[in-house]
Amino acid sequence: MNAVLQPYETPVTPTSKISVRNLNFFYGSFQGLKNINLEILERRVTAFIGPSGCGKSTLLRTLNRMYDLYPGQRAEGEIIMNGKNVLDKSQDLNLLRAKVGMVFQKPTPFPMSIYDNIAFGVKLYESLSKAEMDERVEWALNKAAIWGEVKDKLKQSGLSLSGGQQQRLCIARAVAVKPEVVLLDEPTSALDPISTAKVEELLHELKQDYTIAIVTHNMQQAARVSDFTAYMYLGDLVEYGVTDELFIKPKKKETEDYITGRFG
Amino acid sequence: MSMQSPTVASSASPTSTLYRKRVFTNRLALFLSLAAMASGMIFLLWILTTLVIKGIGGLNLAVFTQMTPSPGSPGGLLNAIFGSVVMVTIGTLIATPIGILAGIYLAEFGKTGWVAPTTRFVNDILLSAPSIIIGLFVYTIYVARVQHFSAFAGAIALAIIAIPVIVRTTETMLILVPASLREAAAALGAPEWKVVSYVALRAVRSGVITGILLAVARISGETAPLLFTALNNQFWSSDLNAPMANLPVVIFQFAMSPFENWVELAWAGAMLITFSVLAINIITRVIFRQRSN
Repeated sequence: MNAVLQPYETPVTPTSKISVRNLNFFYGSFQGLKNINLEILERRVTAFIGPSGCGKSTLLRTLNRMYDLYPGQRAEGEIIMNGKNVLDKSQDLNLLRAKVGMVFQKPTPFPMSIYDNIAFGVKLYESLSKAEMDERVEWALNKAAIWGEVKDKLKQSGLSLSGGQQQRLCIARAVAVKPEVVLLDEPTSALDPISTAKVEELLHELKQDYTIAIVTHNMQQAARVSDFTAYMYLGDLVEYGVTDELFIKPKKKETEDYITGRFG
Repeated sequence: MSMQSPTVASSASPTSTLYRKRVFTNRLALFLSLAAMASGMIFLLWILTTLVIKGIGGLNLAVFTQMTPSPGSPGGLLNAIFGSVVMVTIGTLIATPIGILAGIYLAEFGKTGWVAPTTRFVNDILLSAPSIIIGLFVYTIYVARVQHFSAFAGAIALAIIAIPVIVRTTETMLILVPASLREAAAALGAPEWKVVSYVALRAVRSGVITGILLAVARISGETAPLLFTALNNQFWSSDLNAPMANLPVVIFQFAMSPFENWVELAWAGAMLITFSVLAINIITRVIFRQRSN
């Protein structure tokens, strides 16, 4: 557990970035997550798979406490990141979300220019000079592999881009604030195969620097992009392990049924 | 099989009773809705043509360059046009920030508790309150205290009428902002006020502007509240603390007078207001359409 306190070690032997312990989640009286325990490892991609309503998005949304926006939703248990329980009442939500970025299912560019879309988040926590900001915007757009496509139209509205470009803009926006963890909630389900491939390549790039958790409906995608996979069903974490092992030799019958398409 | 096929064929054939009944119902519904639309349009066109026929004669350059005349002498509506523009502008300037901020509160912050639902309810009452009541209200709390009519009192009365319109449209527009956009901004660590002002409000900018323009259209034709507040002034006055001429009250007084040149000016003024309001409405729609595309 000491490893948790040293977040920037070389990822040769992966250390735990986020430990989820005895996590229960409630939508009013409905229990959406049941006693979840798992470790999300640093600079690795962790995928969450399972049928609709299994709680995988819910789990993702507890990691940056996105559920806090909605009254009536609450989480119990512990989510330890950098030695602190993020579910603590004392946790500053804005600071947490600045460290744990998120990309959503549908691209959500802000109604402003491409440049400002990136600068918006950066300005919240850093005061950069114009030159530094220009550099940061270029860096983030490069990270999201979209710089070449937008470098001549940074002043245009983010809404003028295609769906795949918008999603990569959103990834760039999340990366620009230099978070420690990036959460992706079905980031490619609204994209065509070419854009999907670009986003997946991007994940390989990003995991050099960031810890990544991705929810996906697409099992091939989970197999392609992730190092670890968690299979969830009806709010339970059924199986969690190294992706190759989970897909080739699942330990549980339910997991096997799901990944072989006999169910779900 | 051979028993069934005639039944199947007949139910889809154009001669079946069921089908003919449906065609009839369809035509009836179409006719009724067309008739309803026509009755609305007929009155609108009637009003517009009457206005043009009666107003066009009085409309000349003097209307825009000369003051309201005494009976029988030539004159125009310059002071009234100026007064209307001044009071509507000040009224809008007062109402816009209050209306937008209240709308933001209702849509974004008033999710729990009783303050927001109560405010919303009172706002809806204000929205449909007779404007003469608002005129009397401002008369009681302001004009009666300072002992004289003034343009400023008129602007306040107009602002009170405009506020609920702006509150309503701002709230409605903000509610339309998808939750995903708010979440995306919150996910970057943006505090709530930044999410609202930089992202949500910006996303519905054109809708909010539409609400403001509609409020302008609404208050530029109001007569009753000005009758009790700004009253009228036959001469040029740009003093906000004194009675000020304005189109609706001038029309009201001139139209009921027995003097021919006054009546003619009243028609010209009525035409001016109506077409200005029409223009504002059309501009609003054009803006809204461009932005939403």
